[in-house]
Amino acid sequence: MTTEAHASPIIRVENLTVAYDDFVVLRDVSFEIKRGEVFVILGGSGCGKSTLLKHMIGLYQPVQGRVLIDGMDIVRAEGEDLRAILRKIGVMYQHGALFGSMNLLENIQLVLTEFTDLPADTMKQIARMKLKVVGLQGTEYKMPSELSGGMKKRAAIARAMAIDPMILFLDEPSAGLDPITSAQLDDLVLKLARILKITFVIVTHELHSIYAVADRVIMLDKESKGIIATGKPEELRDRCDHPLVTQFFKREGGGR
Amino acid sequence: MEVKQNAGSKKAVATSDTASLDFQQLEGGTLRLVVKGSLDAESAGRLWTTTLAKVGKSRAEVVEVDAEGLESCDAAGIALLLELKTRQETQGKAFRLHGLRGDLAELMDLFDPGPPSKPAKSRGLVGSTIERVGEATVGLAHDFQDYVSFTGEVFAKLLGLLLHPGRLRWGDTFLVAEKAGADGVGIVSLLGFLIGVILAFQSAIAMGKFGADIYVADLVTIVLFRELGPLITAFILASRSSSAFAAELGTMKLNEEIDALTTMGIDPVQFLVFPRLIAGTAVLPLLTVFNILLGLIGCGLVMVAIGFTPKIVFDEIYEAANLTDFFTGLVKTLVFGALVAGIGCLRGLRTGTGASAVGDSTTRAVVSSIIAIVVADGVFAVVYYLLDI
Repeated sequence: MTTEAHASPIIRVENLTVAYDDFVVLRDVSFEIKRGEVFVILGGSGCGKSTLLKHMIGLYQPVQGRVLIDGMDIVRAEGEDLRAILRKIGVMYQHGALFGSMNLLENIQLVLTEFTDLPADTMKQIARMKLKVVGLQGTEYKMPSELSGGMKKRAAIARAMAIDPMILFLDEPSAGLDPITSAQLDDLVLKLARILKITFVIVTHELHSIYAVADRVIMLDKESKGIIATGKPEELRDRCDHPLVTQFFKREGGGR
Repeated sequence: MEVKQNAGSKKAVATSDTASLDFQQLEGGTLRLVVKGSLDAESAGRLWTTTLAKVGKSRAEVVEVDAEGLESCDAAGIALLLELKTRQETQGKAFRLHGLRGDLAELMDLFDPGPPSKPAKSRGLVGSTIERVGEATVGLAHDFQDYVSFTGEVFAKLLGLLLHPGRLRWGDTFLVAEKAGADGVGIVSLLGFLIGVILAFQSAIAMGKFGADIYVADLVTIVLFRELGPLITAFILASRSSSAFAAELGTMKLNEEIDALTTMGIDPVQFLVFPRLIAGTAVLPLLTVFNILLGLIGCGLVMVAIGFTPKIVFDEIYEAANLTDFFTGLVKTLVFGALVAGIGCLRGLRTGTGASAVGDSTTRAVVSSIIAIVVADGVFAVVYYLLDI
């Protein structure tokens, strides 16, 4: 867990209602994420965690509401404004979403080429640095198909970090990983949050990861289509009396 | 960017107002770089080439960076410092960094990737050409082996199916037959009609010169029955259905659905290949009949347009058409259908990994199907010749 979270919000979600056609997934959801915070969105399957994340990164248009990233509304931003917001965020998708026809170096350089005018050598050096940060030094010329599941996720984080984003969104980072690899990934998140002061927004339902990294969590619920609890994970475990929250946190006994 | 030349051995490179680098040639082969300001993506990008060129040119035994005045630094700035360090160290020379703020030093440690790894060594033009030819040859041999073993597997299992026809998924078979057959009637008929019109029209121009234009009907009928009808319809099936089979099975392979079938004790060939193989083999003769029929109608229309009565045209086609030609064509379609469906399924089952794998399988299915159709047609031509059919 990061030692301190700066006070000012870097993300503000206001009255967000999201739906697929007539089916409302989340209704009137509002919350703030502070600068430097490791923020976890959790909840059971089908409660709209990933849907919320995809609205926060501007992939989907909500029915109503807005998502302010560092003061700019990603929902309505277009052209240069949208590029300016995208410059501030990096996303790691659930299965990595690395481009299979490119090696790791090219995967990372692609983002740098899009957003910067740096010389090719500089981009190469930066790509190698990012791979080092996630513990993948020496794998620059490997293709994604040559990597294990955990390595793919690390490489995806390296690509997401390519342009030094202020915020990293991670969708189910621990899904499909063994506990050791999952714990290594948690350590990486903590290291990046501490040293690089990156704000993390993580969608997960892995309790161990939540306890390990989260400064604050929100819990979504499918029935009420919104947030049923907010706070530090230990607070939710020990003091929240909502039956779903209790059930969620007590299922493994909780605690570190 | 502004480049300043100072007196003596002192040079300075500055970029906008964000960062500046002073070069000082000291005694004992030491080059001192004094970096000040904010070394960000913009300034580091601009300084990159100049700085590395100057350091390289100096051939300094020791590069000493004074970072006392460095206020801030992003990944690109760290990249520049690390590049200087790596270049010195790979040449067995020294690199020293002084005065770097604690948090920036931590960043530098975090990001330092060490010496670069090398991409796979290129073997040069001749070597790599030989390597590619070798790979392609081995690939072809593997493909051939694959086709033979798959054909053997299918035939062996087909015998089992003949003994227990209830094992076939009849529902799926009819569904595939509908998609590959009934849904394709329109395009097959349209192409048949157009081929009939074009053949008749082109032949009429040439044969008219000899007053033999009535025999256009004979020519088109025999060509459609024996060759073009089966071939064109098989090509359409290859492009519509072989690709669809490969894409469908390829996606299932990527989604591990085929692995799931195997672990559930269900044979993928029995479950997925047979419905497609049987449907493909069954619908191609039927589609060919539509193709030929519409081809003859197209030919008839052209003949009427150039002055023959419908009765004369009909009688001529009726005279030219014989059951031997018709059935020699249809026998081919049974083989073409099996080839097209089988190749589509095989390519789908052999789909690799990655985003382009399904696309590759689809392309290979269509190309292999077309080649197989033409090769099989050549074999039929020889066999029919030997049998005097």
